[in-house]
Amino acid sequence: MTARVVADLNAALHSVMAADEHLHLLGEDVADPYGGAFKATRGLSGAFPGRVRATPISEGAIVGAGAGLALAGGKAIVEIMFGDFIALAFDQIVSFAGRSVSMYGRRVPLHLVIRCPVGGGRGYGPTHSGSPQKHFVGVPGLSLFETSAFHDHTTLLRRMLSLGHPAILFEDKVLYGRRMHAHDTLFHRTGLGTLDPCARFTVEGAGRADCVLVAPGGVAERALAATRSVLLTDEITCEVLVPSRLYPFDLQPLLPVLAAAGRVCVVEESTAGGTWGSELAQQLHTALWDDLRAPVRLVHSADAVIAAAPHLEREVLVQDTDIARAVKEVTAG
Amino acid sequence: MTTVQERPPLGASEADLELLLLIRHFEQQLLELFAAGELSGTTHTCLGQEYIPVALRTLLRPDDFVFSNHRGHGHYLARFADPAGLLAEIMGREGAVCNGVGGSQHILRDGFLSTGVQGQSLPVAAGVALHLSRAEAGALAVAHIGDGTWGEGAVYEALNLAALWRLPLLVVAEHNGIAQSTPTELQLAGSVAGRAAAFGIEHARVTSQDLGEIRALLEPLLAAARSGPAPLVVEFVTHRLGPHSKGDDTRPAEVLAAAAEHDWYPAVQDERFRQADERIREQVAAVAREVAARPRSVWADRGCR
Ligand SMILES: Cc1ncc(C[n+]2csc(CCOP(=O)(O)OP(=O)(O)O)c2C)c(N)n1
Repeated sequence: MTARVVADLNAALHSVMAADEHLHLLGEDVADPYGGAFKATRGLSGAFPGRVRATPISEGAIVGAGAGLALAGGKAIVEIMFGDFIALAFDQIVSFAGRSVSMYGRRVPLHLVIRCPVGGGRGYGPTHSGSPQKHFVGVPGLSLFETSAFHDHTTLLRRMLSLGHPAILFEDKVLYGRRMHAHDTLFHRTGLGTLDPCARFTVEGAGRADCVLVAPGGVAERALAATRSVLLTDEITCEVLVPSRLYPFDLQPLLPVLAAAGRVCVVEESTAGGTWGSELAQQLHTALWDDLRAPVRLVHSADAVIAAAPHLEREVLVQDTDIARAVKEVTAG
Repeated sequence: MTTVQERPPLGASEADLELLLLIRHFEQQLLELFAAGELSGTTHTCLGQEYIPVALRTLLRPDDFVFSNHRGHGHYLARFADPAGLLAEIMGREGAVCNGVGGSQHILRDGFLSTGVQGQSLPVAAGVALHLSRAEAGALAVAHIGDGTWGEGAVYEALNLAALWRLPLLVVAEHNGIAQSTPTELQLAGSVAGRAAAFGIEHARVTSQDLGEIRALLEPLLAAARSGPAPLVVEFVTHRLGPHSKGDDTRPAEVLAAAAEHDWYPAVQDERFRQADERIREQVAAVAREVAARPRSVWADRGCR
């Protein structure tokens, strides 16, 4: 059996820390024996003494200190305990780290990765279940990535640390306990693109897809479940693309597949309004206007805070049934 | 009868005096250029506060990293003595230190960085201090902030880190009694000293403008911060003589007059000073003419990803 996502992430952190003595890791409660709220940093403080530090509850300061380490020629990974708290570091990310890369009139390399556990489905309630991706779309000098069970974390972290500008890694909390690379055997998995490849899931033996779902991170599993359901009950064939980089988004390698289907659903857990998906839809409409057979369909959570009680939380967050309904609607015309 | 002075005015060496005058005339030149419509945006001059970076100049090492703020021309000139590069940056002309992208408030050059968001630099300076404490024993991260900036939470997050992690971070608080238009009494509860004490951070208050006195006071304190390493807050009781930015002074005449009483400039009036004053005024004017005649700056490498 493959490793769990959190173990793969932990191994990746060990690997990148071992590979570069100038890399530091900062975050609240990341030191052993606690090893981080989700245990992603377990064993690191012992293995790399002095380079891994548990910090005060100071999101702005730890991101700023990470940026300072990077500015001084080092590299830093900063963990935000719950992604929601990244709002407290907004200034350091958007107005310092992101801008410093170019606002001094030349390129200033800044090797900084901010790790953010995000997403709901665990009953943590309104301040611990958010998906803040949308708030960071389109920030000059900032790249956005999202983990999945289908992207090797060592490759991903190495890539992010080599960019020379700050990057945020969103990690859907529901993924931590999942097995790497495990998926419904109905699907055949390949890759699409070279630099930041999407994992691509097609239905074994099916012909051309009626619809393509673009579904990063934690919603990929729900997209696959919806795909199974519409295939079995409505004979609608979908394929699912799971990107690892959200912004800037490289559409080029996906275009042939999207154009062939002519129908696209973009799925994300973010609550409605000004989302990553709407940015992507705008790009898709521009690139695929002649090929689209229906407007790009957005599937996201409701415009609401994320409730604590499981039944109420389910009402807000995107479910596989919501995705299936959207697919049926977009393919109906 | 001329009075014979016991020691040089302001305790300033020839180089100190020239630097003080360079900053003074640079700032005055900027206000004139603004009045003449030659500059865009805004600019915050450090008129009256020039002596602070000049005093610190001899106490800092080349491997120290200086973080400056919106009122940063003096800090820059004390570090690099490069009026042409700075003016070109402010005017968007060829030879600008940051190609004209940063302007008055956003400068990066070898161990010097300024940014226009109050308090933002302190966490970053703590990170640089963390790097220095490991890589360059004895080097300091120095962050200049005004009294108003003690209202920002980032300051306290950074002070806490610096004290906990024993970081070589020198916070230079330029307490000029006013933040934009708001007097300190209306925006700062308690005191800077009390706030430093809350974190167990050493605090020194400097009331003198005499460079020799300031240096004598600070030298052992900076040495201790370097060797500790440990953070240190140095609070300068100072006075802003000019407007906050271009021409926005709403202070009543008597308050302005009281601030002007503290100006170091009329205090130094020997022959050496008068000669240097004239020479540097002309030198800065010549720099301004020369820079204004340059072609516009070019932003070639704008890639941010
Ligand atoms: C976070 C932030 N809020 C507001 C401003 C606008 N602003 C620029 S300077 C200034 C006053 C700063 O006062 P102080 O720290 O006392 O420095 P001084 O201007 O007196 O040197 C303000 C409010 C800013 N630049 N950054």
